[in-house]
Amino acid sequence: MIKTRLTPKQKGIWALIAVVVFIYALFPVVAIFANSFKTPADVGAGTFWPQNWTWQNYEMIFVGEAQTLFLSALRNSIGITLISTVIAVVLATLCAYAIARLDFPGKRFILFTALAVSIFPVISVVTPLFNLWRSIGLYDTWLGLIIPYLSLTLPISIWTLSAFFKQIPWELEQAASIDGATQWQAFRLVIVPLAAPGVFTAAIIAFFIAWNDFVYGISLTSTEAARPVPAALAFFVGDSQFEQPTGAISAAAIVVTIPVVILVILFQRQIVSGLTQGAVKD
Amino acid sequence: MSTATTDKRAKLVTQQDRRRQEVRLGWMLAGPAFVVMLLVTAYPIAQAVYDSLFSLRLTAPDERDFVGLQNYLTVFSSTDVFWRAMLVTILITVLAVAVQLVIGFALALLMHRAIVQLRGSLRTAILVPYGIITVVSAFAWYYMFDINSGFVNRWFSWVPGISEEMDWFAETWSALAVIIASEIWKNTPFIALLLLAGLAQVSDDLLEAAKVDGANWWQQLTRVVIPNMKAAIMVAVLFRTLDSFRIFDNVFIMTNGDAGTEVLSLLAYRQSIMRLEIGLGSAVSVIMFVCVVLIAVVAVKGFKVNLAEGTGSNAGQKKETK
Repeated sequence: MIKTRLTPKQKGIWALIAVVVFIYALFPVVAIFANSFKTPADVGAGTFWPQNWTWQNYEMIFVGEAQTLFLSALRNSIGITLISTVIAVVLATLCAYAIARLDFPGKRFILFTALAVSIFPVISVVTPLFNLWRSIGLYDTWLGLIIPYLSLTLPISIWTLSAFFKQIPWELEQAASIDGATQWQAFRLVIVPLAAPGVFTAAIIAFFIAWNDFVYGISLTSTEAARPVPAALAFFVGDSQFEQPTGAISAAAIVVTIPVVILVILFQRQIVSGLTQGAVKD
Repeated sequence: MSTATTDKRAKLVTQQDRRRQEVRLGWMLAGPAFVVMLLVTAYPIAQAVYDSLFSLRLTAPDERDFVGLQNYLTVFSSTDVFWRAMLVTILITVLAVAVQLVIGFALALLMHRAIVQLRGSLRTAILVPYGIITVVSAFAWYYMFDINSGFVNRWFSWVPGISEEMDWFAETWSALAVIIASEIWKNTPFIALLLLAGLAQVSDDLLEAAKVDGANWWQQLTRVVIPNMKAAIMVAVLFRTLDSFRIFDNVFIMTNGDAGTEVLSLLAYRQSIMRLEIGLGSAVSVIMFVCVVLIAVVAVKGFKVNLAEGTGSNAGQKKETK
């Protein structure tokens, strides 16, 4: 299937295909990137690229009047997403280890539950949580988002990790102990290096999902105390009702897209294998 | 003789003990994750079912009256709100998933066949829409078409029906078209990756045999490749259908339900979070939940989509394509 030598014509066709796929995948990102460098006048001009490139939108969200709004949202997003990812991955690692290595009744049911939770409409659970959080004081707090985020991050982590752990050659652990390693050494030197990539992959995918959340973010927060970036973007208003904050929103959108792009570039192979092995929702 | 039986019995006992220990350890390790999953979904949905039987408005929390199924009757009889939202949701889901399947399959074929030098960069490019925040994608598409800041009208003013003054988000059909386009763009990568894993499972021998028998490219695709990856296709379609059915983010950003684009999730959100009509909002939430369960059950029972097997076998049989 893979030919070592390509004719010029084949090369041309593949180059063309690559260009088409790149345009398809990146066009909207480039468009909002261009927006983020436009002055308000350029935004109204309706051209693709800015007439005069400007940093003013980035200045506005990092040091200007939108600073408190954006920076607090960024802090909330990073903190809440990372904490819920770490909790989910720790719980899921234990759970997936048990599912892959131990035989106990109910393990198929646990996998089924993870699947059911992952297809759950978020909106169906957000109303009761909204109500409950308001009465017990979790409304508009970090913890009030970290807990529901587990419903997003935990199922995918369990699926990805149990698929991954099933492929690990666990006999190596025994082999190591026969060779004189203590149980702890065998675990640390043999199993951890084999399992770590799976755990890491699960963490990246879980991070993407939590980072993407919008419904919990707008429903369970009301101020800068806990509002994450996607929700903050939706409620971001311009200086006056006549001036759309297009440039500032675009700049903020680009800032929160950068970590995604970096992760994708560095770990595309792991993400692809994690997604297709776990094969749970995005 | 007697010593042998006691030995056997002792062995049996230790075996049972070991088994019991394994079960206990299994649940000790898996239990916390299981309990957390139940707490964050099963409990709230039960609460939603309960709340949906009351006339409850948070603006007047003391007037909590049991009304039985009245909320459901109210919802079901509101043709222009609920049934319209249902129709719009189904329309978006069907169109978006159908197009995603076609483009996703094309992308999967491309990545499967791609020359080694291109594989990494194609995958990277395709993962960008997958990883990007849905709200960001919604803004990107919104600004492209927006009458004030967009360039689409200027670029495509030569197309009949598109003019510089066209307001895409003022009419139902044009607004839905942009919403569906953004939904397709964002989610096609996921379907493409699942199908890529499915393609890797189609044996090369079968394809060779078909080629020897003189099957052309199209025949190979429709007679050999697609039938052999039916499981992967069904799993991908089911996941996308369930996910598109709860569409919320893009609609909220682009139209906020105006111009006749309200979807079920947005309706539930507006009733409960905006208007604080917890009873009615919960009823809509419960109906959505039932719909999702129905879709899943029909797919699993009716179309024999084996989610656990379909996904599990990917892991086991997946050929190394690196």
